[in-house]
Amino acid sequence: MCLAIPGKVKKIFDNHTAEIEIGGIVKNASLDLIDHVKEGDYVLLHAGFAIEVIDQKEALEIFRAWEGIID
Amino acid sequence: MKYVDEYRNKEIAQKILRQVKSLSKKKINLMEVCGTHTVNIFRNGIKKMLPTNINLISGPGCPVCVTPIRYIDEIIALSRESDFIITTFGDMIKVPGSTSTLEKEKANGSDIRIVYSTLDALEVARNNPSKKIVFMGVGFETTSPTIASAVLKAQKDEINNFTVLSVAKIISPAMKTLLDGKEVNIDGFICPGHVSAIIGSKPYNFITTQYKVPCVICGFEPLDILQSIYMLVKQIEDGRAEVEIQYERVVKPEGNKIALDKIKEVFKVVNSDWRGIGNIPLSGLEIKDKYGKFSARKFEVEIEETKESRGCRCGEVLRGVITPHECPLFRGVCTPENPQGACMVSTEGTCAAYYKYN
Amino acid sequence: MKEDKILLSHGSGGKLSFNLIKKLFLSNFNNPYLERLDDGAVLNIEGLKLAYTTDSYTVDPLFFKGGNIGELAVYGTVNDLAMCGATPLYLSCSFIIEEGFSLSLLKKIVLSMREASVVARVDIVTGDTKVVNKGAADKIFINTSGVGIVEDGVNISGSNAKVGDVVIINGPIGSHGIAVLSEREGLKFETEIKSDTAPLSSLVADMLEISNDIHVLRDPTRGGLSTTLNEIALSSKVDVEMNEGDIPIQEEVRAACEMLGYDPLYLANEGKVVAFVPSEVAPEVFKKMRKNKYGEESKIIGKVVRKSEGKVFLNTTIGGKRIVDMLTGEQLPRIC
Repeated sequence: MCLAIPGKVKKIFDNHTAEIEIGGIVKNASLDLIDHVKEGDYVLLHAGFAIEVIDQKEALEIFRAWEGIID
Repeated sequence: MKYVDEYRNKEIAQKILRQVKSLSKKKINLMEVCGTHTVNIFRNGIKKMLPTNINLISGPGCPVCVTPIRYIDEIIALSRESDFIITTFGDMIKVPGSTSTLEKEKANGSDIRIVYSTLDALEVARNNPSKKIVFMGVGFETTSPTIASAVLKAQKDEINNFTVLSVAKIISPAMKTLLDGKEVNIDGFICPGHVSAIIGSKPYNFITTQYKVPCVICGFEPLDILQSIYMLVKQIEDGRAEVEIQYERVVKPEGNKIALDKIKEVFKVVNSDWRGIGNIPLSGLEIKDKYGKFSARKFEVEIEETKESRGCRCGEVLRGVITPHECPLFRGVCTPENPQGACMVSTEGTCAAYYKYN
Repeated sequence: MKEDKILLSHGSGGKLSFNLIKKLFLSNFNNPYLERLDDGAVLNIEGLKLAYTTDSYTVDPLFFKGGNIGELAVYGTVNDLAMCGATPLYLSCSFIIEEGFSLSLLKKIVLSMREASVVARVDIVTGDTKVVNKGAADKIFINTSGVGIVEDGVNISGSNAKVGDVVIINGPIGSHGIAVLSEREGLKFETEIKSDTAPLSSLVADMLEISNDIHVLRDPTRGGLSTTLNEIALSSKVDVEMNEGDIPIQEEVRAACEMLGYDPLYLANEGKVVAFVPSEVAPEVFKKMRKNKYGEESKIIGKVVRKSEGKVFLNTTIGGKRIVDMLTGEQLPRIC
C-alpha cells in the first residue's frame, strides 16, 4: 500500500529538508518525520518524506543468514 | 541502487525457495495485506515460483481500493465548485465514483492536479491564494503522518486555503475484521513493511495472541518477500504464532515515534467505511476539530446518490474470499481501461495485478 | 460507464489509443495499407515503393534535457520512415501556434529543426502555419509528414515477426520519458538523464546493408517497449519472450521509476528501435549496429518463441516468469 525507496542523504538544510540521492537522481525531501539523521545516512523516502533511517548493519543480515546455508 | 539491487539475487532466491519446499508439505494460505506486496509478487513472478501447497491471498491493503464510492463522489462534487483546486496522488485520478471519475471531471474543465507529496499540494495552496485547495487524504499509516505534517505546516505558515478531505485508514482493525469474518482461512500474515515502519510491531500482537495466526513484517524486494514466506512457514511448522520482523533494516518494534505523535496531534480515530468490507470501528482518521479549518468537510456540497457498479465483486476480492477470475465482470466488462470496481483501477489493486501479470 | 469524451489516456499510446484507432479510424478509413497499422504506409506507385508517414508533436515542456519539440518533429517522422525500411527524403511541416507565443522561441525551434534535417539528410519541402486564439492550443503544435524510398526486397512490417527471430534494441530504454517528466511542475527532481531523441535512419541503413531480410522494425515511442512488443506480437500472432536482466535501463531511469511508481517498460523513447531479425543473420546485424553511433549500446533482449494469439512474457531477474501487457492509460506518479 505504500511505495518507498531508499536514498542517501547528501545535504541537510536548516529547514528540516534534505537533498536525497537515489540511484543518481536527486530529490529534495522533508525530514519532518525523523530525527537522528546525518549526511551519508540512507533513509527510506515515501511521498516526499524520509520516514525512517535505514539500519545498514541489519541490511546485511539476510545475506549472512543465507550465505551459510548449503542445500 | 543500494538496498534495492542486492535484494533481487537469483541464487539466494532459489536457495530460499528450496528451503521453503523442504520445510512443509502442508496446504498453507498466506495473506499479503499490502497492495505493494501484491504488485511486487506479480511483477517478479513469485506466485508461480512457490511450491503449489503455498497459496498467497491478496488482502485489503490498497488505499485506492478501499476508498468508498461516496468519498469519490464527494471530491468530485467539490471539484465542480468554482474556485476549487483538487490536489491528489496520481493513484486516485481514475477511480470510478457513482457516475464519474476525476479524470473525466478534468476533461470537463475541473482544476485537478497530481502531486507527488502533500508538501507539493501545500505549494499549490501557497501559489494560489484566491483558490480553495483540497488535498485527497487517502492512505494508511505510512502516508497519514505526511498529511499531518502538511496540516501542521499550513497552520504554522498560515496557509489558510489548504484543506484535506481525509479518508485515511488504519490497517490493523481491517485485519481483525477479516479474521472475525472467517470467510477465508488465513494461516499467516505478510504484514506491510512501510506501515510498520511507522506503527512498529505491537499493533499486530492481538493477531498472534488472540487468533494464534503468525505475522511477519516484510520488506518489498523479492528476497524480502521470499524470506518472509520462509519465516511464516517455519512458524507454522514449529507451531508458533509470533510477530516477527523480517524488514529489520527499516522497522523497529516501537515504530517511528515522531510520525506517530504527528498523527496523534492532527487526527482523531473514527469509525470508517471500507469499500467492499463495510464500516469498521475505529479504523479511520479524521482531522481533529482543533485543526477544523484545514478539513475540507467544512465545505458543504451536495453529493450525488451512491451507485455501486452492478455485479462487481471487489468486496469479496478485497477480503480474499474470491480471486478476480471468479468475478463475472473480470476481463469482460471490467478492464483497466474501463474499470467497474476500484480493485481494477489501482495499479496495486488485486484485479489489476491479476489482469496485467497473469 | 460508457465513454463519451476523449480522455488523455486515449492519446497515451496504450490500450485506449489502440482501441480508438481500431474501432473508429481503421473501421472508417479501412484499406490494406492502413490495416497493417505500421508506423507508415509503404505505397506501390508504378513499381516504386514509397514510404509515407505523418505525426503530430506536442510536448510539455517544449525544451527538455537532450532535445526540444522541433528536433523531435524532424527525427520522429524520419524514424517512422526508417521503421518502414525506407531512406527518408522529404518532409512537410505545419505549425499550429497559440496567439502570444514568443517569436524568439519559435526561431529557436525552427533553427533546431533545420539542424536536425541536415543531420537526418532530409529536406523540408512544404509547410503551413496557423495561429489560433489564446487558449485554443497549448503554445505550439507541430505536424510533420514524410516520404522516403524503400529498396526492392525490403519487406518490413509489424506483422512479419517469425518464430526464432531474435529481438534487438539499440540501447537503454526510458530516458526520454524520464527527462521530460523530471521537468514537469510538481514532480521536479534533478537528474542528468537526457532524452534519447535521435535519427535512426543511418542505423537502419547499416542494418539493411547486412541483410534485406529484417522482419520488423519499430520505434517504441509512447507506450514504451512493452506496448510496442505487444503490438508486434498481436499482429504477427507470435509469443515473444524477454529476459528482464538483458533489458538495458540506466540506473537513473530505474531510480526515477522506483520513486514515482512507474514501469520503465512503458516509458517513451525517441531514439530507440526494436528489431526482429532472423537468427541466422542476427549476430552480424547486431555487430553492425554496435558500430553505429546510435547503436553502440545495442542489446539482444529476447526472442520469438512460438506461434500463438500474441503475448509477451518476461523472465524475471529472480527466476520467475510473467506476462507483460500493453500500457493501459497513461502512467501517473503514485504513492502506492
